[in-house]
Amino acid sequence: MTVGSLLYTDVEDDLRAAVSAFLTDRCQPSDVAALYDGAPVDAGLWRGLAHELGLAGLLVSEELGGAGASAREVAVVLEELGRTVAPVPFLTSSVIATQVLQESGSDLVQGVASGQDRVALVVPWSTAPGSDLPPLSVVEGALCGQVRSVAGVLDADLLLVPVPGDAGVDLYAVRASEVDARPVVSLDMSRPLADVDLTGAHGTVIASGPPGAIAVQRGLLWGAGLLASEQLGVARWCFDTTLAYVKERRQFGRAVGGFQALKHRLADLFVQVEGAAAAARYAAGVLADDADDVEVAVAVAQAHCSEIAVHVAEEAIQLHGGIGMTWEHPAHLYLKRAKACQIALGTAGWHRARLADLVDLPASAS
Amino acid sequence: MTAQDEMRRRVADFLAVHDPRSTPALEWLQARYDSGLAWVHFPLGHGGLGLPRPLQGEVDELFAAAGGHDNRPRVNMIGLGMAAPTILAFGTEAQKKRFLRPLWTGEEIWCQLFSEPGAGSDLAALGTRAVRDGDEWVVNGQKVWTSAAQNAQWAILVARTDPDRRKHAGITYFLCPMAQPGVDVRPLRQITGEAEFNEVFLTDVRISDEWRLGEEGNGWRIANTTLNNERLAIGGRPAPREDGMIGIVARNWREHPEHRTPDLHHQLMALWVEAEVARLTSIRLAQKLAAGQPGPEGSAMKLTFARISQALSGLELELNGADGLRYGDWTMTQPEELHFLAKDASYRYLRAKGNSIEGGTSEILKNVVSERVLGLPAEPRFDKDLPWKELER
Repeated sequence: MTVGSLLYTDVEDDLRAAVSAFLTDRCQPSDVAALYDGAPVDAGLWRGLAHELGLAGLLVSEELGGAGASAREVAVVLEELGRTVAPVPFLTSSVIATQVLQESGSDLVQGVASGQDRVALVVPWSTAPGSDLPPLSVVEGALCGQVRSVAGVLDADLLLVPVPGDAGVDLYAVRASEVDARPVVSLDMSRPLADVDLTGAHGTVIASGPPGAIAVQRGLLWGAGLLASEQLGVARWCFDTTLAYVKERRQFGRAVGGFQALKHRLADLFVQVEGAAAAARYAAGVLADDADDVEVAVAVAQAHCSEIAVHVAEEAIQLHGGIGMTWEHPAHLYLKRAKACQIALGTAGWHRARLADLVDLPASAS
Repeated sequence: MTAQDEMRRRVADFLAVHDPRSTPALEWLQARYDSGLAWVHFPLGHGGLGLPRPLQGEVDELFAAAGGHDNRPRVNMIGLGMAAPTILAFGTEAQKKRFLRPLWTGEEIWCQLFSEPGAGSDLAALGTRAVRDGDEWVVNGQKVWTSAAQNAQWAILVARTDPDRRKHAGITYFLCPMAQPGVDVRPLRQITGEAEFNEVFLTDVRISDEWRLGEEGNGWRIANTTLNNERLAIGGRPAPREDGMIGIVARNWREHPEHRTPDLHHQLMALWVEAEVARLTSIRLAQKLAAGQPGPEGSAMKLTFARISQALSGLELELNGADGLRYGDWTMTQPEELHFLAKDASYRYLRAKGNSIEGGTSEILKNVVSERVLGLPAEPRFDKDLPWKELER
């Protein structure tokens, strides 16, 4: 297979500039840090992104009221959201839930496109594509069961609840008011999680059996593949900020970035972040083209980018020295996002194991 | 007509007139050069058509598919990869006319006389002296790590022409005929048992001033062009998935289920991902450089290549179980070309140790990346403004 462009088009650069300008203006690190002290998420941030910039329905076709963009543009938005650790439901609602709805052929996707509905897929945020879904049941038409650590659900208007059965998945669309979503103290408060109790909730089945399972898997696969671009954004912020800091911070009468022990670490980080860019852009391009290589590309991107984002964030803390350990410096916001992303949508190890199946490198002889 | 269409038409026209099956190899290669289809990104008159560099891959594929003769690229890696772009960039018209054609056709093989026993990473400290004598230069000194010296007709050579100037300023670049009296090539045996490289002793070797490349004293800048091309050649080739070492190791894994363990599988998958990411990174770099010249970013690719190659070649021995304890042949030989992938696993393990040394050690490359790509402060260079002759050696 040939590899398409791994660079950015002019249109993508323009989109990045618009998103970046908006976020620089509206999402300061201090706003994100305040979330950890109980401040509510600024609802205006998402309204602005959704309505002023029209990002809510980026992936939705124009006939259904969206922008008709591809995974490549979505990836650029995610890079900027990662770079600012912005607390918005773009990945959960406009990527994952949107792909589930589109694959189900549900017209509920129009609510996403208009920015009216924020939608969340009710699975633990750690759920990898291809892994088991939490057991739920339906008793006399009402849902029954709990799901722990769900992302994007606290400010959602509509929930997509997959109920696994023998023949696939029955996918229920449930209004948020029907369920009890209890916020949990999350490692990454810029994407806060909730435990969801679905008991007694009523919804509408929008897909069932094998098509329901396929829709959920498509959402998770797109989520994992494009999460790599968010991780790239996190890694780039950590790298750029650390590089600037070691050039400016002076000890022993000179910039600490002149010490070879630090220079070599930054050279290594540069190589790793460039690798993350290549892997994330490849995954975005393959998702956009719906090419045969999608599963391999997603697994490679997740296996690399989730580890690199954590590593670069950890190095950022260390190379900042004491200031990097403070609440005041934003580095911790990125470490928390990076570590949560490493577990989200399948760990690197999970994706490597998946890759072993995909490329015929089985773990054991049997 | 796009550049690609033009290239395809010219290849087809050429093949219509020059059937490789009925034309002797050298004659066919010379005709291909004269038609501008040797390296299409080179200028007209020097084997090229001034077309975009990325088209070259397809040109080579088209000729290979048509049964075209090959110019022994593996025997003449230094010539094709390093001497040619440097001569093109800095040579006079007469030098380009004289050298590029026989270089490309493989009539003349090239080697590189750069490193010295006392000037490895600090190449600019080199001590081989070239002293002007009328229209000639007289060269004395010792070079090392010279592959293909025993087969080469020509060498790219850097030598000190002005010991009174600072070390980077007193170097001049020459094209050195290897058949000249005073050139003594001795094989240098390495950890694999073979002698892939040579030491070259230069004693009163006379080189015509005609073969000086660029201005006197400008050799350091010219040598950097050569070295950037070398790093690109080593680390920067876009390849298919599971190419090279990872392909060998993956095949081994599939064919020998009896050696599989969880620990080896963990290492294998981590390296598979790294190799694939490196492949994508090198494709992305090539896309960035599509129109331009290799810059210091090539150093980053070479770092990655060396690390993965060494890790994979070590893993491969472990995948071989008891056979990992064997070695092919310790007999001292002088291979004409490097058959890294065709040798056995234990050879590859040993030879790969050179990957992080040759063409710039990984430590130097990290300096290059951190200083020239990232803009971090340069290493203290206490010696850089002193006259070369006053340096401690």
